[in-house]
Amino acid sequence: MPDTDSNTAAGFVPQSSIPQISIPPISLRRRVMDHVMTGVAVLTVALVLLPLFAIFAYLVYKGIGSINLAFLTQIPKPPGEPGGGMANAIVGSMVILAIASLLGVPLGIGAGIFLSEYGRNRYGDIVRFVSDVLNGVPSIVIGIVAYGLVVMRQKHFSALAGGVALAIMMVPTIARTTEQMLLLVPQAIREAAYGLGVSRWRTTLSITLRTATSGVITGVMLAFARVAGETAPLLFTAFGNQYWNWRTDQPTAALSLQIFTYAISPFDEWHRQAWAGALVLIVLIVGAVAAVRIAVKHGTLAGA
Amino acid sequence: MSNQALPRPRFNAPNPEPGSKAALKVEARTTPLLQGKVSEVPDVAFGWAMRLCGLAVVALLGLIVYQLVVGSALSWHAFGWKFFGQSDWNPVSDQYGALPFMYGTIVSSLLALVIAVPLSLGVAVFITEMCPVSLRGILSFTTELLAAIPSVVYGLWAIFVLVPILREYVQPFLASTLGWTGLFSGPPYGIGMLAAGVILAIMIIPIISSITREVLTVVPQHQREAVLALGATRWEMIRMGVLRNARAGIVGAIILGLGRALGETMAVTMVIGNRPEIAKSLFAPGYTMASVLANEFTEATGDLYLSALIEIGLALFFVTIVVNALARLMVWSVTRGQPARSIA
Amino acid sequence: MGVGITVEHLNAFYGKTQALFDINIAVLANHATALIGPSGCGKSTFIRCLNRMHETIPEARVDGKVLIGDLSVYNGTSATQLRRRVGMVFQKANPFPTMSIYDNVAAGLKLNGFRNRKQLDEVVHKSLHNSALWDEVKDHLHKKSGASLSGGQQQRLCIARALAVQPEVLLMDEPCSALDPISTGKIEELIFQLKEQYTIVIVTHNMQQAARVAEFTGFFLLGKMIEFDKTEKIFTNPSDKRTEDYVTGRFG
Ligand SMILES: Nc1ncnc2c1ncn2[C@@H]1O[C@H](COP(=O)(O)OP(=O)(O)O)[C@@H](O)[C@H]1O
Ligand SMILES: [Mg+2]
Repeated sequence: MPDTDSNTAAGFVPQSSIPQISIPPISLRRRVMDHVMTGVAVLTVALVLLPLFAIFAYLVYKGIGSINLAFLTQIPKPPGEPGGGMANAIVGSMVILAIASLLGVPLGIGAGIFLSEYGRNRYGDIVRFVSDVLNGVPSIVIGIVAYGLVVMRQKHFSALAGGVALAIMMVPTIARTTEQMLLLVPQAIREAAYGLGVSRWRTTLSITLRTATSGVITGVMLAFARVAGETAPLLFTAFGNQYWNWRTDQPTAALSLQIFTYAISPFDEWHRQAWAGALVLIVLIVGAVAAVRIAVKHGTLAGA
Repeated sequence: MSNQALPRPRFNAPNPEPGSKAALKVEARTTPLLQGKVSEVPDVAFGWAMRLCGLAVVALLGLIVYQLVVGSALSWHAFGWKFFGQSDWNPVSDQYGALPFMYGTIVSSLLALVIAVPLSLGVAVFITEMCPVSLRGILSFTTELLAAIPSVVYGLWAIFVLVPILREYVQPFLASTLGWTGLFSGPPYGIGMLAAGVILAIMIIPIISSITREVLTVVPQHQREAVLALGATRWEMIRMGVLRNARAGIVGAIILGLGRALGETMAVTMVIGNRPEIAKSLFAPGYTMASVLANEFTEATGDLYLSALIEIGLALFFVTIVVNALARLMVWSVTRGQPARSIA
Repeated sequence: MGVGITVEHLNAFYGKTQALFDINIAVLANHATALIGPSGCGKSTFIRCLNRMHETIPEARVDGKVLIGDLSVYNGTSATQLRRRVGMVFQKANPFPTMSIYDNVAAGLKLNGFRNRKQLDEVVHKSLHNSALWDEVKDHLHKKSGASLSGGQQQRLCIARALAVQPEVLLMDEPCSALDPISTGKIEELIFQLKEQYTIVIVTHNMQQAARVAEFTGFFLLGKMIEFDKTEKIFTNPSDKRTEDYVTGRFG
């Protein structure tokens, strides 16, 4: 992007200071138009940033006031009763996300390896196109598919079904970012390994993938953050649960589902808890992403 | 150029004289530590395992289509094309028509575009063409932060902040100034099509503006300079040198935003009012394809009811795919062949 | 001890374009053989055919016969197996960026499943010693990454890495072209020593370098081997007019 800098600077030259030799003077109307459009652009930026700050400010303000120990350790009270919390939903979200990552991350990375190492051809192009298509499928539709795949077979809603739905959503994102990151690894590094008599699979895993670890992790965390707050595909897969559940084949609570249920309920107490839940959800997402990034930085990639 | 035959290799060249004295003494080779035959099997197996992963991605899409088509067969046999032309949605009499949902999806998405497009373009133009370099990174980061907020949180905020504002201030104002158009009439509930459009707009701004930025930055520098050299003001340079050259890509960005809006579920469900009606006024409640799935899927008791819902899912899937494919092609038409810049 | 290399009727292709035409050559064991020629004439392609690196490029293909010692390269041996006997050093130093100096040298063994810590230590020491790098890096073997070394050190690290697998042949594709004169001198010195133990094939752009390190020299032009002889003969009394034009600088 720095290539546009010089241009921006050129564009900033005050029009009046240009020596007007043969160029006709810029009319007042045009000069006014220039300033007006600049003003309009600044205004749009303000208009876009406004809701962002409003959302964050309101979230923190409402959320912090409602988070307490009970919220983090108790399960929901019956409708209308004060107190209670979302402990089961927090755990449920973690379980569902763990299942999704377990299924989606290896598959996505595998597909990414295929795309960069074996897919520089027509078959690869097909997979690339399909990944982009999958990326655009509405999440609620993915929910229907997971319903048909898991819920219909098991005959009841489950954390597994929710995990499957989210895994399907993770795969294309991970596949495409993994591909891009592996392609950034110079061919010379692969050849160095081949030249030592290291087999292709070993080279791919221990050299190419390892060199790209940091980028691949970023891609995985991007996909994770994207699905962590998803609600629609969980509505008829994980379904939600007002009680503790430790089995992956039973209906399971999730933070996002709980926020939804509470938000559209008529109870003030639940509205407060919805805000607290939203804050916890965002903190969990940001925390997970940061934790993984820090772990990676201090782990394998210290020398890179 | 002499064209003689290639010289034959010389197999017994005389030994040359030994090299000069050296400081370094190379140690003798020993038997290699790596002994034994290398098997080709793991390599072949790994290659196929990775191909299988690639195939799985294609299979996933196949699975989605299969589930949707099979699931909606019952409804398709019962109603055929009429399904998309009827506005009757009645689980009690087992009559299902998707028209109100299609209408709601289209109107809310278009409304979102009307609001989001000028704002996104303004932001993109400001960041790439006007803003001081020091602000550029932080501004793009902040707008993209909008994309990281979960849909349900947008919905929550919309219910408790946006809807009251619309009800108290915006809707009365619109009714009194533009009420005569018929688009802004009726009781100002706050909740309804307008609220859905506004929250959708906020949600798609990051997409449209980030892809537009992507597209604007690949417009070659000489296009800008050519226009500036003619004595254009900065705005004229942006309009003629930049925006015009990036047209196809910008349209692509807008269509990508549309694709996202069409399938967006939670935030819309929380504020649109969820009534399967077709009303001219944007103040009136509505329903979208995604919201009806969210609300009724788990309650659908009859087989035909469930099948009708899945058919709505199939239609939604189909429309978003077409819209996305179209958008990708348009964005590529601008960014492809440009110096290495990755499109996320 | 190194082994000799015999190449007969070797043709190499990139898709439909042929890059090498009927190459015949016999490389003597435990000597350095230089390959010279204008850029684009197929030197790299040729040297990459000797350890089957050529075929890692999509659509690339080879026919003909190559023998490393008595091992037939294109006949029944796996490429991985072959490359353990034929080490390679590339034009641009390419240490593994995420690995320490130690791990870079040990990579060939470790990645092939060799785990004996004591023997690894020995091999790493010996390889770094043989590539004249030991004294410069011995204090931070594990602390510094391979990528943190200077260009010349990186190239010697790559040589150490290749030596650690204990090949019989060492292929070097313009190993000094990106280095300063001092580093180049060090590596030439090294080549001089290494050929007592290894058979060395070195591609070079620099005719003085060929004259300094190699007993034999082959001249390539447009994918053909024009002349192959003792280095002295190539530079003082070539039998082909085109070789003469090239070595006297009247060419390209
Ligand atoms: N990856 C490749 N794909 C297609 N052609 C190639 C490739 N690499 C090299 N070539 C062609 O093969 C010929 C020989 O190249 P190369 O062996 O690299 O020459 P040298 O090393 O002597 O400079 C050149 O004409 C070059 O254009
Ligand atoms: Mg070369």
